[in-house]
Amino acid sequence: MNNNLYKYILGIADNSLILGQRMGELTGHGPSLETDIACTNISLDLFGQVRSYYQYAAKIAGDGRTEDDIAMLRKEREYVNVLLVEQPNTDFAHTMARQFLFDVYHLLFLQELEKSKDLNLSAIAKKSIKEVSYHQRFSSDWIKRLGDGTEESHQKMQDAIDDLWTYTDELFHQTEADKAMVKEGIGVDVTKLKDNYYQIVNSVLEESTLSIPKSKYFQKGGKQGIHTEHLGYLLSDLQYMQRTYPNMEW
Amino acid sequence: MSEEQIKNLEKQFEERIARDEKIEPKDWMPEKYRQTHIRQMSQHAHSEVVGMLPEGNWITRAPSLRRKVALLAKVQDEAGHGLYLYSATETLGVSRDELYDQLHSGKAKYSSIFNYPTITWADMGAIGWLVDGAAIINQVPLCNTSYGPYARAMIRVCKEESFHQRQGYEIMMKLANGTPEQKEMAQDALNRWWWPSLMMLGPTDAESVHTEQSMKWKLKRKSNDDLRQQFIDQTVPQADLIGLTIPDPDLKWNEERASYDFGEIDWDEFWQVVKGHGPCNKERMRARVGAWERGEWVRDAAMAYAEKQQERKEKQAV
Repeated sequence: MNNNLYKYILGIADNSLILGQRMGELTGHGPSLETDIACTNISLDLFGQVRSYYQYAAKIAGDGRTEDDIAMLRKEREYVNVLLVEQPNTDFAHTMARQFLFDVYHLLFLQELEKSKDLNLSAIAKKSIKEVSYHQRFSSDWIKRLGDGTEESHQKMQDAIDDLWTYTDELFHQTEADKAMVKEGIGVDVTKLKDNYYQIVNSVLEESTLSIPKSKYFQKGGKQGIHTEHLGYLLSDLQYMQRTYPNMEW
Repeated sequence: MSEEQIKNLEKQFEERIARDEKIEPKDWMPEKYRQTHIRQMSQHAHSEVVGMLPEGNWITRAPSLRRKVALLAKVQDEAGHGLYLYSATETLGVSRDELYDQLHSGKAKYSSIFNYPTITWADMGAIGWLVDGAAIINQVPLCNTSYGPYARAMIRVCKEESFHQRQGYEIMMKLANGTPEQKEMAQDALNRWWWPSLMMLGPTDAESVHTEQSMKWKLKRKSNDDLRQQFIDQTVPQADLIGLTIPDPDLKWNEERASYDFGEIDWDEFWQVVKGHGPCNKERMRARVGAWERGEWVRDAAMAYAEKQQERKEKQAV
């Protein structure tokens, strides 16, 4: 099997898997029925993308594992999502800030992935771009509403941005699989997305009357499977059925 | 308006309904008609929204990606139904916030079935198959009810509900044809959800307070007992087909009636749950009220932002 391609796909898919799972936690508990529907919809889109990626990864692995085996039966250290997406739903400001900080990256990434030599990845990217453009519009709108809403919401949104800022730099770290795939014209060179990313993010923050965090200290490790303490609990939920009732069809 | 004028209007109103004409929001309607519809439609909307909780409980633990996607879509549909039905209720001159207040204060009811816990994955199958099944039987006649906005909302709701029901049955079928452990899980879910599902069709006709008036306004076309019989007759063969057993030792085909005879329903349990003392009444309310209270600053911010935007627009125009 093409090990680098397999790893590369997981690197993309795990982000959507973990973020989708986080958004799925909120269903029925949102601040309004409209936001509830939108958050559920984002989760739904992400899991839809996830299925396409893992089905493709399963084909490449060719060892009889299914999309579900790959999604739900790896060990904690084998998940390679960025730390940003596993951060908890502390409050609606954190949920929207996490979404926004990921969406901006996600859309830039997919726009490049659409040009991939790998036709499967290019097709998944093409389909996902529509969905993720909507996600970014939704989350940007909430950054503005909360940032430029009331004093209380402004403070909460500023806190959320300050808390999550430290996880943004990792989005642009390259793994060995990334480098190999860029060389083959399959993968996206994420280092090239960075300037554009911060430009878009900063302009939304400014419009929202929020300050751009000045901290130069960033966290990393997700791409190497070294996660925050939050991931283990998320995986306990995600994997519960597959672990408790192994080798069954649902 | 004189008493006679009102009587005259009422007569015309009843005649319109008898002719199967739809009543629209701006039409004159008796106050009792308005109030009855606010009560029933908002109760329906509340049921959709509270109903998101027992199923939402399994979104993070769905056993496969395919099932997770389907469950998310289903719960999202329910939120959509809630939105739809609240909007339809608002046409009767009540705001969504008022309706929420009634739910949160316990003044308004929602379907009691959602006060039962979802403790295994098979409960997702049982809810789709039985609970949505019973809901459809209750709701299909409403597609022809007299109040236009309600009737139109129900057409869409029923379409989606019948999709949900097939999906639930398919979950049960898969389990029933699976490993012994899976089959046991399915049977256990059927055992727990069967009787509460029968109760969903409402108290027996003798005990039902709203039936007669509701029939006249086409809010109801068949009695609770008739609907219950229809549900049982429809569901028993479906259970047989997948090799599950209905947990009722008195269940027996009656040749003469061409229907199933069935055992006594525990109405004490029904009233206990209706009065707020079911297994999850408190949790469900705590979840709804909690979400509403935690969301207050978010809704306030959205409002403040919208006002600021409006002001800016006006300033620019000047």
